[in-house]
Amino acid sequence: MTSEKATATLTSRRSRRLPPEVNILLVLIGIALVFEILGWILAGQSFLMNTQRLRIIILQVSVIGIIAVGVTQVIITGGVDLSSGSVVGMTAMIAASFAQSSTWARPVYPGLTDLPFVIPIAIGLGVGLLAGIINGWLIAQTKIPPFIATLGMMVSARGIAKWYTKGSPISGLTDQFNFIGTSIWPVIVFLLVALIFHIALRYTRYGKFTYAIGANAQAARVSGINIERHLIKVYAIAGLLAGLAGIVTAARAQTAQSGMGVTYELDAIAAAVIGGTSLTGGIGRITGTVIGAIILGVMISGFTFLRVDAYYQEIIKGIIIVAAVVIDVYRQKKRKV
Amino acid sequence: MTLSPSTMAAVRASGAVPQAEYLLNVENVRKEFPGVLALDGVQFRLKRGTVHALMGENGAGKSTLMKILAGIYIPDQGEVYLKGLPIRLKSPLDALENGIAMIHQELNLMPFMTVAENIWIRREPKNAFGFVDHGKMYDMTAELFQRLNIRLDPDSQVRDLSVANRQMVEIAKAVSYESDVLIMDEPTSALTEREVEHLFAIIRDLRSQGIGIVYITHKMNELFEIADEFSVFRDGRYIGTHASTDVTRDDIIKMMVGREITQMFPKETVPIGDVVLSVKDLSLKNVFHNISFDVRAGEILGIAGLVGSGRSNVAETIFGVTPATTGTIAINGKEVKVTTPNQAINMGMAFLTEDRKDTGCLLILDILENMQIAVLQDRFTKFGFVQEKQITAVCQKMSETLRVKTPNLEEKIENLSGGNQQKVLIGRWLLTNPKILILDEPTRGIDVGAKAEIHRLVTQLARQGVAVIMISSEMPEVLGMSDRVMVMHEGRVTGFLDRAEATQVKVMELASK
Repeated sequence: MTSEKATATLTSRRSRRLPPEVNILLVLIGIALVFEILGWILAGQSFLMNTQRLRIIILQVSVIGIIAVGVTQVIITGGVDLSSGSVVGMTAMIAASFAQSSTWARPVYPGLTDLPFVIPIAIGLGVGLLAGIINGWLIAQTKIPPFIATLGMMVSARGIAKWYTKGSPISGLTDQFNFIGTSIWPVIVFLLVALIFHIALRYTRYGKFTYAIGANAQAARVSGINIERHLIKVYAIAGLLAGLAGIVTAARAQTAQSGMGVTYELDAIAAAVIGGTSLTGGIGRITGTVIGAIILGVMISGFTFLRVDAYYQEIIKGIIIVAAVVIDVYRQKKRKV
Repeated sequence: MTLSPSTMAAVRASGAVPQAEYLLNVENVRKEFPGVLALDGVQFRLKRGTVHALMGENGAGKSTLMKILAGIYIPDQGEVYLKGLPIRLKSPLDALENGIAMIHQELNLMPFMTVAENIWIRREPKNAFGFVDHGKMYDMTAELFQRLNIRLDPDSQVRDLSVANRQMVEIAKAVSYESDVLIMDEPTSALTEREVEHLFAIIRDLRSQGIGIVYITHKMNELFEIADEFSVFRDGRYIGTHASTDVTRDDIIKMMVGREITQMFPKETVPIGDVVLSVKDLSLKNVFHNISFDVRAGEILGIAGLVGSGRSNVAETIFGVTPATTGTIAINGKEVKVTTPNQAINMGMAFLTEDRKDTGCLLILDILENMQIAVLQDRFTKFGFVQEKQITAVCQKMSETLRVKTPNLEEKIENLSGGNQQKVLIGRWLLTNPKILILDEPTRGIDVGAKAEIHRLVTQLARQGVAVIMISSEMPEVLGMSDRVMVMHEGRVTGFLDRAEATQVKVMELASK
């Protein structure tokens, strides 16, 4: 085979094979159309032709989406991160305590009010990062299963969030800080984060190593990859993004409560899995996760639009998550034969 | 006419069927997978009380045929006759209940259950209350073992057994189903010489009881030792069936590859340079002790020894996978500390591991991703970004040089044959420009054609001055390729043999000292 011919086959093959996200995108379009049709039949109005609704969907999706970008990377290595929801709560509290305005009657740190917004943001990111590093270190050094390590962090981080102010919420945040929660800024943050890690996974050594570890950790190790160091990096990124999500959550609500982010970790895992990330590791893409998160958002919004009882919503959500994994397993089986 | 398996079983039990000439008769079978015609117009006939070997390169269609016989695949076309009656097997259980048992290469036993529980699973004898009667199950197992001359405790846990003993359990399980046909897929690949002999004794015994055995192997000498007949396949087609007494080794190779392989071990004498790697008194607690040897540039040092003699452990330690407890390693005369594979790679070492699937391939990833992974540590990246264009070109060239059979580099490595997978992994290491190349069972489970290519490549690397360490269980390979052979036994070096003096007998003597 001459090299020209070889490259020709390579490129032609590349363009012919559709990326796996296309399927997920079709599912998203399908679900949206079903709501559209049901909307006309049941409610006599359009589901999609409503910019207000679409805005709310993407706004709601962005916090889960930011977390899911980190969780996707963790799942690609063959692990899981259960702590992200609690880390959201913890960082929301800690960041907010450094973002209070002096006009507020009882700030947490009376001497530290009206700080420039970068300080609470930096502190929030730092706290998230630290939680992630602890997760990664535990998993890499003590070899305990990621499920257990992050479960511990999940419980402890929530504990810290509650202990921090003995349960009371933190309000009176500066306008500067609240700004990132207003308008469509959360969406911009989400898309920026998704873009950065999409590029990181696809085009950098960090990404190649992440997939390699998930595909076969032992082989990756023999190939010279420092698995311990890499896992710490991946969990640290997941923690950092959970921290970012915590900051955005507090800014959006213009207040912080210790109960923020409860079960967000499960929504994030669901978004990743619906988006095609395989829980056995080695497979997954950020683009898929973004679509997966939007699917979740569209469904919640659609059910509310159709006035489906909130209880049913949760039941159906559970079914859809399981169905996504069943489809994934089926797809992989088909690929093997 | 196609009978359902249950009807078949009933017909057979009634005794109304005359003894057919063949136990199994496969006619004109065709099986297609997306993009691959795995079998086309294939036939196969198994006589009662014979061992029938299936021969062919990887990808020839042996495995597909075997899986059809075992009920794992359903053929697209053609007929399978069991004792003269047509049958359509729908699942492995179906096959088992019709007297066709398969012993897989990867053994399928439950490690945390006892030997007896494994054998009688789904068919446990029950007592009056409907609970499992463990006493009776023990006795049944003991009786079965006695019949097969297997010495194992039915109450021992499978996870505590050696690979050979697990295989014995699998065979006993197959026999317990009163199987007429036993399919064995490379049963000796992980056995020691002694264990192989025991296995062969059992096979001969089963044969004398009228059982037909389908035997898949890549080892030519086994064919002559145990098989009565053999059938050769090539590229999904049936080539022919012969009695194993009628042919020579070269005949079979010619049938398998469709061409003559002129030189199986293309060993050249190349100028031998300075000592590159020097190992002194290397020990790993409880595994191997006081290993010392030198390897020179251009030299191929073979390491022989039985499975479990510590050969692979020495390689792993040198490469930093399991750091040594005591002893020293020197490269180019300078003492070095190797505690991780990463360090080993930076010092110019490369290590093709023994188990392709477990420690080699990133199975779900593609060829490019598999090949580039070791070299990305310090090359082909800029500010952390992979230089896709350059690395793709380099991998493309490597895959052409190594003649990896694939339409493109985006093919998943799990879809390649064993030989091609091995070539990709060799490519992975050649990209790092190693000065010291450690090969652990480089040609295990690989067809003759690919084997010869790998041997030629190793010779070429030696000529370029690479110091090669080659571990192999295949005696002809060790003898044919090495300049020197180091023999190990139970974690110790029992001797060195120069190329001129190394013979199969001498190596075996040292290996079983």
